[in-house]
Amino acid sequence: MLHFLLRRGLATAPVLLIVAVIVFLLLRMTPGDPAAAIAGDSANAQDIARIRTQLGLDASIVTQFVHWLGQVLRGDLGYSFFYRMRVTDLIGQRLEPTLSVAAVTVVLTVLIAVPIGVLAASRRGGRLDRFIMGASVLGFSVPVFVAGYVMIWLFSMQLGWLPSQGYQRIGDGIGPWLRHLALPCVTLAVMYAALIARVTRAAVSEALTEDYVRTARAKGISEWRMLLRHALANAAVPIATVIGLSVAGLIGGVVVTETIYAIPGLGQLTVDAVLSRDYPLIQGITLFFSLVYVVVNLLVDLSYLLLDPRIRY
Amino acid sequence: MAIHFSPRRVAAASLSALALCFAATAPAQTVLRTVPSSDLKIVDPIWTTANITRNHGLMIYDTLFAMDEKGVIKPQMVDKYSASADNKVWSFTLRPGLKFHDGAPVTSQDVIASLARWAKRDTLGQKMYEAMDSIAADGPNGFRMTFKQPFGVVLDALGKPNPLVPFIMPKRVADTPADKQIDEMVGSGPFTLAKEDFRPGDRVIYRKNTAYVPRKEPASGLAGGKVVHVDRVEWVMLRDPQTQTNALLNGEVDMLETVPSSGYTGMRTNDKIELVDVMPAGPFTVLYNHKVPPFNNPKALKAAMLAINQEAMLRAQVTFRDFYKPCASIYLCGSLYASDKTGFYTGKPQFEEARKLLKESGYDGKPVVLMLPGDAPALNKLPAVYGQLLKQVGFNVDVQTTDWATLVTRRTKKDLPENGGWNAFITFWGGVDASSPISYSPLTGNGDQGYFGWPVVPELEALKSKFIATADLAQRKEIATQIQQVVLEHGVLAPLGEAKAPTAVRRGTITGLLPSPAVLYWNVRKKTAP
Repeated sequence: MLHFLLRRGLATAPVLLIVAVIVFLLLRMTPGDPAAAIAGDSANAQDIARIRTQLGLDASIVTQFVHWLGQVLRGDLGYSFFYRMRVTDLIGQRLEPTLSVAAVTVVLTVLIAVPIGVLAASRRGGRLDRFIMGASVLGFSVPVFVAGYVMIWLFSMQLGWLPSQGYQRIGDGIGPWLRHLALPCVTLAVMYAALIARVTRAAVSEALTEDYVRTARAKGISEWRMLLRHALANAAVPIATVIGLSVAGLIGGVVVTETIYAIPGLGQLTVDAVLSRDYPLIQGITLFFSLVYVVVNLLVDLSYLLLDPRIRY
Repeated sequence: MAIHFSPRRVAAASLSALALCFAATAPAQTVLRTVPSSDLKIVDPIWTTANITRNHGLMIYDTLFAMDEKGVIKPQMVDKYSASADNKVWSFTLRPGLKFHDGAPVTSQDVIASLARWAKRDTLGQKMYEAMDSIAADGPNGFRMTFKQPFGVVLDALGKPNPLVPFIMPKRVADTPADKQIDEMVGSGPFTLAKEDFRPGDRVIYRKNTAYVPRKEPASGLAGGKVVHVDRVEWVMLRDPQTQTNALLNGEVDMLETVPSSGYTGMRTNDKIELVDVMPAGPFTVLYNHKVPPFNNPKALKAAMLAINQEAMLRAQVTFRDFYKPCASIYLCGSLYASDKTGFYTGKPQFEEARKLLKESGYDGKPVVLMLPGDAPALNKLPAVYGQLLKQVGFNVDVQTTDWATLVTRRTKKDLPENGGWNAFITFWGGVDASSPISYSPLTGNGDQGYFGWPVVPELEALKSKFIATADLAQRKEIATQIQQVVLEHGVLAPLGEAKAPTAVRRGTITGLLPSPAVLYWNVRKKTAP
């Protein structure tokens, strides 16, 4: 176990370095000058050149990269060209909305998807199974922006139950926080629940064909107990994998949802940074997202130990 | 059942009751929530020419002079001023009682330091300081400018509403080198901004400056008494137009500073929303690269200008007739210097003449690169239509779609189009930018030192210098007309007509919006829900 953690930890460094190099080079190859964007439309070429110098953009790419890498190794992701704030502070500022959306969505998703997936598996081939699988195809196929606008139209504009946009910090109270999260999280949960319900159904269905299930049935165990205690427990590994990837995806930025609902999260920050060519911010966010994926994958792998005692690292 | 009152419980209950009483009687804060036209990223108004940063500056800073609704420059922080007959000596006295947000009085030293920093960046400021012999304090509240040569546009410079605006900051802040952004947001304006109120990309919260003493005159444009009737103004950053509309309809925000033409139809027919004209229209212009073929040839350049069909281009871009207006003047139609003396240029297509000129120019058929900013919905249809019009004349046009960030970088390149350069691009200007020869950035004729496109027109520079020297309005109008004729004759730019975007508010809730180059939040009242 310790060996596994050490190995994974060491493997993280080259992954992050490769990501850093690729992102750095791609950004420099992409046309568009942050200095021109900062200077504004009335600025002349001299103003732009001055800003380029001040941002250090007139140095060679190697010099810029070495400087940035040195900063990163010291735990400093640099300063945003535009906001003049530490990239780490900006990420920190946007983390709460993103984590809130991710957490509530995952809880909702699991609460919806796992039971209906198990239910579908238990009625495999039946009407209920076909209905659930049909609904899940629909849920997965409807684009997030369509589902989002429909929800806003119904629950916000017509019924007036929920706000149509914005994010309320958790420090301002659980009630307002949840009210503002309700629509975006339900919108996302529809899509993720459809995916996880299908995976759950497939995994539980497969488990139900195993010998131990037949044995359990022969011993007279109740159908529900057999489903939950035996089949679901044995199908947990692929379900956990998909949930893990969903969490990483949600933290990695649900740009469309954040745009529709005006949630000031990491997805919005990424889009803003890319449009304005805010190099340090893009580089910092990308590194952060890479780290999230690595950590979530590690946690998923570790969860296998709990979910399946046969697995050893 | 017996109830026991312990002294601690009684004290706690009393305190709770007291708190409830206070909560019930505390006056509700009036909060005006508004969606600005873009995200505020840079807060130093001397660092960028972005309009949103200028608008932020108008909230927290004050200016020595300001432009009123009619375009006249009026004193703002200045109480009295005078100029010598030859426009060489200008004296100013500040209004008594002016204070910064930290309570410190505004002194002439603050003004001198602020103007010095501003002048290092602003084109007009640079001209003013080049012409200046000295600027010196005249007591704590007065200062004097002495010029080496007549300088008639001092008030225009000190009261200019378009970026970069000469905002007055405390000396310790203004002493920050002009190439370094300021960190302290302390002004003497009608609103205050604390660091914790600035949440980049989300919202900016401005609080009423209760210590602000407005001028006695009624507010007019950017001038007059800046009386604030709300406790707080929140700029809420909403990017998606549909999200903006939903938020306004639901009462989650009170107003949208600008409504894109795509949202106009829905809003016009919605009885919960009122569209108001606050900001003046602004012009679209084509800028040509004078350094590379074919537009380094005056005949080809003229041919390209004669291909322009303002009506067709504006209709494609803006859609609604009440949102746009064809106008051949380089200055905003109806503004002080607008003139119908536009020579050959009418804004209507003259294809026959254009084809003839193009043939005479010896154009070799090489592709003309017209940049199209795909991510700028307010601009991105114009190049497509102009490309077609140029083709009709005989140009081989290559409309290259890019994003705005790429366009603004590429326009700095002087290379041939095949090496990453460009031939033409279209952009939009604020109405006040295009209302005067000294504030309209692309009106340059000094080649490499000038605006993108780098035309060399010494005559234009000479006329601008003449304009700057005089304070006489009749003379200025005459020079401005001459400037227009030179600009059009040399193809420094080609006007494409004007467009405007109205402001949207919840019907019956917002009053007092002032016609101005920016949406202003003083004088505005919000009717709170009962």
